[in-house]
Amino acid sequence: MSILINSDTKVICQGITGSAGAFHTKGCLDYGTKMVGGVTPGKGGQKDANGLPIFNTVSEAVEATGADASMIFVPPPFAADAILEAADAGIRVIVCITEGVPVMDMTKVRRVLSTDKFRDVKLIGPNCPGVITPGVEGTDDPGCKIGIMPGYIHMPASKAPTGKKVGIISRSGTLTYEAVWQCSERGIGQTTCVGIGGDPVRGMGFIDCLDLFNKDPQTDGIIMIGEIGGTDEEAAADYINMLIDKPVAGFIAGRTAPPGRRMGHAGAIISGGEGGADSKIAALKAAGVHVAESPADLGSTMAKALGL
Amino acid sequence: MKIHEYQARDLLVKFGIPVPPAITVDTPEQAKEAFEKLAGQGATLAVVKAQVHAGGRGKAGGVKLVKTADEALEVATTIMSKPLVTHQTGPAGVPVNKLLVASGVDIEKEYYVGMAVDRASNAPVLIASSEGGVEIEQVAADNPSAILREPIDPAMGLQPYQATKIAYKLGFVGKQVRQAATIMIKIAKLFIDMDASLAEINPLIVTPASEEHPDGQVLAIDAKINFDDNALFRHKDIAVMHDETEDDPSELRAQEFGLSYIKLDGTIGCLVNGAGLAMATMDIVKLHGQEPANFLDVGGSATEEAITEAFRIILDDPNVKGVLVNIFGGIMQCDKVARAIVNAAKEVGFKVPLVVRLEGTNVEPAREIIDAAKSDVPTMVVGTDLTDAAKKIAAAVAA
Repeated sequence: MSILINSDTKVICQGITGSAGAFHTKGCLDYGTKMVGGVTPGKGGQKDANGLPIFNTVSEAVEATGADASMIFVPPPFAADAILEAADAGIRVIVCITEGVPVMDMTKVRRVLSTDKFRDVKLIGPNCPGVITPGVEGTDDPGCKIGIMPGYIHMPASKAPTGKKVGIISRSGTLTYEAVWQCSERGIGQTTCVGIGGDPVRGMGFIDCLDLFNKDPQTDGIIMIGEIGGTDEEAAADYINMLIDKPVAGFIAGRTAPPGRRMGHAGAIISGGEGGADSKIAALKAAGVHVAESPADLGSTMAKALGL
Repeated sequence: MKIHEYQARDLLVKFGIPVPPAITVDTPEQAKEAFEKLAGQGATLAVVKAQVHAGGRGKAGGVKLVKTADEALEVATTIMSKPLVTHQTGPAGVPVNKLLVASGVDIEKEYYVGMAVDRASNAPVLIASSEGGVEIEQVAADNPSAILREPIDPAMGLQPYQATKIAYKLGFVGKQVRQAATIMIKIAKLFIDMDASLAEINPLIVTPASEEHPDGQVLAIDAKINFDDNALFRHKDIAVMHDETEDDPSELRAQEFGLSYIKLDGTIGCLVNGAGLAMATMDIVKLHGQEPANFLDVGGSATEEAITEAFRIILDDPNVKGVLVNIFGGIMQCDKVARAIVNAAKEVGFKVPLVVRLEGTNVEPAREIIDAAKSDVPTMVVGTDLTDAAKKIAAAVAA
């Protein structure tokens, strides 16, 4: 089991003919993802370097391929429109990798997606590494990678020597890889890893993912990696305290970040007396989360929480 | 992106928000002329305000009340003679290149009106308080119930009924209500249309009753507007307002090479890929008893040239006593980074200890490259994992 995506998920790439879109479509195909096509307006009817069909619109792509997930590499000025197009065409899981989408565009996207018509749509990102359900190469369960993460560092749940499998939720890309790597090294598998992205207004948040992992029978524990900015980690801590019964390990990046400065991610800023690391760490600890003091201890902290 | 008060004021005027008369000047002599001109329009006093991005101008002597043209000249000369040091600028301060000379206004009462994006509800929000003239963060800390918040539909903007409701709640009376509500609708429109990330009018004031305005007049006295950098592509008129003299020169250099760099006060230079990992690297440096000299995310597709420049920027900081490189190769290949590190190290020349920790894609060939280069870069040491690397750089600097 996994959350959001699995070996049967059919994926298209919006922006498949751009350099990043083309490169990562190949990367996902190589991992074993069922990539079924792509969208670039004006290039409908052509095929990409991998022989995948290209369509002018998402709705044409969905009709022809039955795709239920999309990976978006459309440039920032057009990314919000690409998200709405995917949702309107019936795509269920929309993963927007694009970095640099205007915040106001995302507030409008969120407003539209909050309507009843789109209640089943899951948006991940923007400004995120994507989502992966690790699988076993060359089997009928190859897994599904939608995004830019290196696939090989992951350990499929079915192959975990310890028999333990975790779900990972993170606002950071490379820090997620760090957590994945430390788990894999310790023989802890991953059911699904979700990079929710570093923007202030985005799709799925910690609580959405915590809820899905909590309901997933295969997931034994959850790692959540937060950072400075906003109060999502505090809200997640409340939710964990009330409703999550699996062990949760956490880390908050940015304890040493100065207030008022944006630390790379658009959403990583301490402002108006809000968003500092200490209050997030305190909230998580109060909710019973096993907080790693060092980013090097993510794997060991999870292992301990799982009784390994 | 931040802009100056005089630029924010111009935007308020463009969106139809009333402000008292004021003139922006570049020299003390112009400040004197500005006072004379405002006096000619009936002003009996004026405020001379240093145009810098940092807050705390008043306490630092950057905002002065003047009663005569000669006094305006004298005050302007003093303010412009040296960098302004406020609690937000650091000890070196920032140069004062422009002044705003604004007509003094009698104030009956002060309010706060601001716009921001509420991250919890993913929507713009109007924030208002009847306790104006002080920092809203202070009000939030001392008297949170004095702050009103009204969520706004980004597609529709602030609706008149919402603005009117807030105006009544703030205690506006008579003809003030409509004036205040109109200002709120306009600041919300400015915020949404111009892709601002913050738009504050503080204080928004009511003037005492007069014959012309029996209920007083509602005016914006000071404004602070920040913009979403990601949306500047569609606001060229805003983008050109950027004042580079306000930026740290090393941060500007980094920007040109597509690097995300923020200078800090510590001694350990950090070179990392990914913003989250870059923050976490700073944190682990601190955890092992040292302070980071910078935040630096080279990004996922940094060229060798950019990495070389990153090393130059780090080493140009006289406080740097050691450098920690932490790369988790994903799409970025470690061996590429390793080659860049070695070439950069040779080119730039390392006199301080360098600890390199590489993990991820193509890490084996990368380690071979680093091993082979050890004689060329004698201060370089390999960290086997994150903790090992942090310990090694801390020990090297402490030694």
